[in-house]
Amino acid sequence: MEAALRAIYTVWYRETLRLLREKTRLIGMIGQPLLYLLVVGQGISAAMGFRGVPAEIPLNYVQFMYPGVLAMSVLFTSVFSGISIIWDREFGFLKEVLVAPVPRWATALGKVLGGSTVAMAQACILLCLAPIARVPLDLLMVLKLLGILLLISLALTSFGVAIASHMQTMEGFQMIMNFLVMPLFFLSGAMFPLHSAPPWMAFLMRLDPLTYGVDALRGVIYAGADPRVTAFLVRYDLVTNLSVLLLVTAALVALGTWSFSRQD
Amino acid sequence: MRAVIEVDKLKKVFQSIVAVDGISFEVKEGEIFGFLGPNGAGKSTTIKILCTLLRPTSGRALLAGFDVVREPDTVRRSIGIVFQENSLDDRLTAAENLYLHGLLYGLPRRLLKQRMEEVLEMVDLAARQKDLVRNFSGGMRRRLEIARGLLHHPRILFLDEPTIGLDPQTRKAIWEYIHGLRREKNITIFMTTHYMEEAENCDRIAIIDHGRIQALDTPANLKQRLGGDVLIVTPADGADLAPLIAARYGLEPQPVEEGLRLQVADGAAFILQLAADFRGRIKSISLRRPTLDDVFLSLTGRAIREEKVSAADRMHLSPRGHLRRRH
Ligand SMILES: Nc1ncnc2c1ncn2[C@@H]1O[C@H](COP(=O)(O)OP(=O)(O)OP(=O)(O)O)[C@@H](O)[C@H]1O
Ligand SMILES: [Mg+2]
Repeated sequence: MEAALRAIYTVWYRETLRLLREKTRLIGMIGQPLLYLLVVGQGISAAMGFRGVPAEIPLNYVQFMYPGVLAMSVLFTSVFSGISIIWDREFGFLKEVLVAPVPRWATALGKVLGGSTVAMAQACILLCLAPIARVPLDLLMVLKLLGILLLISLALTSFGVAIASHMQTMEGFQMIMNFLVMPLFFLSGAMFPLHSAPPWMAFLMRLDPLTYGVDALRGVIYAGADPRVTAFLVRYDLVTNLSVLLLVTAALVALGTWSFSRQD
Repeated sequence: MRAVIEVDKLKKVFQSIVAVDGISFEVKEGEIFGFLGPNGAGKSTTIKILCTLLRPTSGRALLAGFDVVREPDTVRRSIGIVFQENSLDDRLTAAENLYLHGLLYGLPRRLLKQRMEEVLEMVDLAARQKDLVRNFSGGMRRRLEIARGLLHHPRILFLDEPTIGLDPQTRKAIWEYIHGLRREKNITIFMTTHYMEEAENCDRIAIIDHGRIQALDTPANLKQRLGGDVLIVTPADGADLAPLIAARYGLEPQPVEEGLRLQVADGAAFILQLAADFRGRIKSISLRRPTLDDVFLSLTGRAIREEKVSAADRMHLSPRGHLRRRH
């Protein structure tokens, strides 16, 4: 057990060391969400208004998109961090860890925690940008949001590790992005509300675990808003959302560590 | 005394390639044991099996008395390894790389700091410990990897081509260091190489080719077994001497780059005879003591470092070989 904790800590510590070392990486990481928020969000709402929402509801598209952008950045960073274990295996550090007297699952778990730490650092920066999107937040809300985002990122980093365990090289990365990660993102309701989707898509959206994450984030952010806004945007209650998230996270963490310790 | 590494009929098959083909050998405690062989001989595969990174297809290997398949954790506690390919985190500093290693092996913080100083001093990197590894030269990286492999005081240290791509000076320094280690800490060293000169540093060497051990002995004995001297005969332009020499003396001349290679009992006497018999048809003759290269040649009929890699071998090498050449 002690060896397992050592491995978890070491792998996590390395990940955070690298994060601190590469400050440009952090700045780069918030570039994309910022671009979505400012350019895509403003652009869409300026060009065509926000037609998903009934006219009497006081909400603009950027406000609608903000939680989606939070989820998006955590999604991409987490999956990417998880998959990056392939590089570690190919170019160094991980080889070291694999001959050390520590269990494999602990190594994978350390990677999951490390990747989540990176994603959470990014989330913190985005939360500081809430005023730009004119989304009012208080401390309690921030804490709740961080909790939800942490669950999402643990699930998705594990997902990345699980994928990486079945890949030999980075070659399949683009395909994974296009056929797994992008659909997860688009079907989560981060960019458009569930209501406006055609039935087949609404069905797929309900299967996407990220939908519940995004919904939970909206539930927290719009809790104090106009009840019409909440009724329009928030689909499930917090308990449902959190239960689904917890289950999915537990399952994916188990899958990720198991896949990683099984590979040759 | 029991051998610290015992390998019995070890075999590893990848799909259709037999990488290691039923090898058996033992290494004694405190010995420097070398695997000498060309690309693709199965050296790294053997090391990976001994380090518990690969499962053997069949056969058995014991390290410090523990089975590599059944008790990998115990085995891992007694070994250190320097991989053929770079395995440092080049975004971190030298000290951080060592520190992470120490954490992984559960060294208490104070002891770890002390050991770090010790090994950094040993490989002459103390002054550069705060620098990022990505700014290190190949030799510095190699030295750092060796330092890291020793940080937890393993009983057995595996070195997979430890001096590949290093200049002679650095190579010499690393060897002095390895000899020192054995003297002071009685560490057993298992290394692979395809440099002949380097293999001379080992107490015993196994010459390995196509996954099989072709010979195993001390460097001196291996050369002695060959007996006599080696002559390199460069024929004058256009002369095809091989069949003539073979017929006249009952020797087997082997074509090499410079001409023909002959193996004879008394080189000096033979030169005179050869010169007299083939007057005018020989450009030059040179005499030398047999090297391990000659031993390899006589065992396998090939030089160990043939420039012309066959197409099949090249396919096996990439992408690994490709990566390797970059460091
Ligand atoms: N993971 C693998 N999958 C398939 N074949 C492999 C694998 N690893 C090694 N091989 C094959 O096994 C054989 C032995 O390879 P190995 O790496 O042990 O050679 P080596 O003696 O270390 O050579 P080098 O001097 O080039 O490092 C080669 O033919 C190689 O292509
Ligand atoms: Mg090798």
